Amino acid sequence: MLEQKPMNFWERIYLPAILKGMKVTIRHFFKKKATVSYPEVARPYSKNYRGMHSLKRDEAGRERCTACGLCALSCPAEAITMIAAERKKGEEHLYREEKYAAVYEINMLRCIFCGLCEEACPKEAIYLDGPHVPADYLRKDFIYGKDKLLEEKFDFKLVDQLEQ
Amino acid sequence: METAFIVEKFVLITIVFVLTLVIAMYSTLAERKVAGFMQDRKGPDRAGPFGILQPLADGGKFFFKEEIIPAGAHKALFIAGPTLAIITACISSAVIPWGQELTLGGRTISLQVADVNVGILYIFGVVALGVYGIMLGGWASNNKFSLMGAIRAASQSISYEIAMGLSIISLIMVTQSLSLGEIVAQQTGFIHWNIWVQPLGFLVFMTCAFAECNRVPFDLPECETELVGGYHTEYSSMKLGLYMFSEYINMFVSSAVMSALYFGGYNFPFMHDLGLSPNWITSLGVLAFFLKIFAFIFFFMWIRWTLPRFRYDQLMNLGWKILIPLAIANIVLTGIITIISDVYFK
Repeated sequence: MLEQKPMNFWERIYLPAILKGMKVTIRHFFKKKATVSYPEVARPYSKNYRGMHSLKRDEAGRERCTACGLCALSCPAEAITMIAAERKKGEEHLYREEKYAAVYEINMLRCIFCGLCEEACPKEAIYLDGPHVPADYLRKDFIYGKDKLLEEKFDFKLVDQLEQ
Repeated sequence: METAFIVEKFVLITIVFVLTLVIAMYSTLAERKVAGFMQDRKGPDRAGPFGILQPLADGGKFFFKEEIIPAGAHKALFIAGPTLAIITACISSAVIPWGQELTLGGRTISLQVADVNVGILYIFGVVALGVYGIMLGGWASNNKFSLMGAIRAASQSISYEIAMGLSIISLIMVTQSLSLGEIVAQQTGFIHWNIWVQPLGFLVFMTCAFAECNRVPFDLPECETELVGGYHTEYSSMKLGLYMFSEYINMFVSSAVMSALYFGGYNFPFMHDLGLSPNWITSLGVLAFFLKIFAFIFFFMWIRWTLPRFRYDQLMNLGWKILIPLAIANIVLTGIITIISDVYFK
């Protein structure tokens, strides 16, 4: 059992203890603040942060995804849906493989950001390398289609121009 | 009583009134800033640069909130509660000497609204009235938590008023005057401040001032952990705002009283050695007085974010068994020292 000693005189008048406490609080007053002023200053993501998905393109700007469905199969939350389509003649500059995903949707409310889809992908077509998914008002707005997921086309001409 | 006198007093009253309200307004922001800083946060900084528009935003919000008067409440008293609280908080600033005399165009203007020769008694009376606002509000709400808060407020301020009065008696024994104007005028420079002759009295007075303002560690009347919101549980919109506001005005006024009684008011070190004109000394004095007040307000907040709240029995023990005997002992001690210094050192 904890032995309780009777308080001595200085402990009983409380004032030294109060002064001690005030010393602690005033030290915190001048300390560096932990707050990050969010909209102006964003906290950097860690290197291995798993955020929003992006569908990748190859060096020629073609979609890498071949709609094999392994990502949807591996997804523990069943957040991924896709509809596959066959590549037509003349679409070779758009899609890398003969089959591609005509519709590719991820429900961000279901997704648990585990990263199993990017592990399952044989074509290195999906990565969780974006920022966190922003808030929204309606459930339907959380179903991200290809318009939101697909990576921007890499503009080689612009890079060439800039280099010259 | 010529018209110039009335105009002059009217202007002075308006300035004091506006200053009091503005300072009380910004105390709410300062409180949140201090709280934030002491908890390693930044405090409100969204409304305007460094959050300086925050009090306006808060005030606007208070005005636009729905006003609820509970069905079982006594309507007239329910409204009278916050009204009385804010009125008593405001009128106590009337006898505080904000500065020495100012000479403008051949006229000497005293920077004290009313130099009542029993100024201390006046403040004491007004402070005692202040508890009515809380009591009425708590009782008229027809809510047990409000009533509990009101009972606590009443018993607390009655208990601590005794110790406060006793600590002032020993101060009066030293100053030989009840007029605040004269008490401050006696404390010229730095070494004549009353804190040097009445340190124990100051300690008792300050503790009681904390209790009278219902500030932490004596904020049992609104103890949110056990009484929901205490006496203002049922209040909403600007009536709640008035209660909050009167608390901050009380804090400002008691800071002013403490710095006037014990820290020399408008007196500052070397005030007569700098060779300045009287008007300059007065202006600097007013500045010094407000600096002291702000220091005290900061001290109030510092204590608030340092100490936990007392338990109710501890509060009563401290008031009756410690502060009152201490104040009486201080009176006796002051008397003995006065006699000794009168007999041997004159």
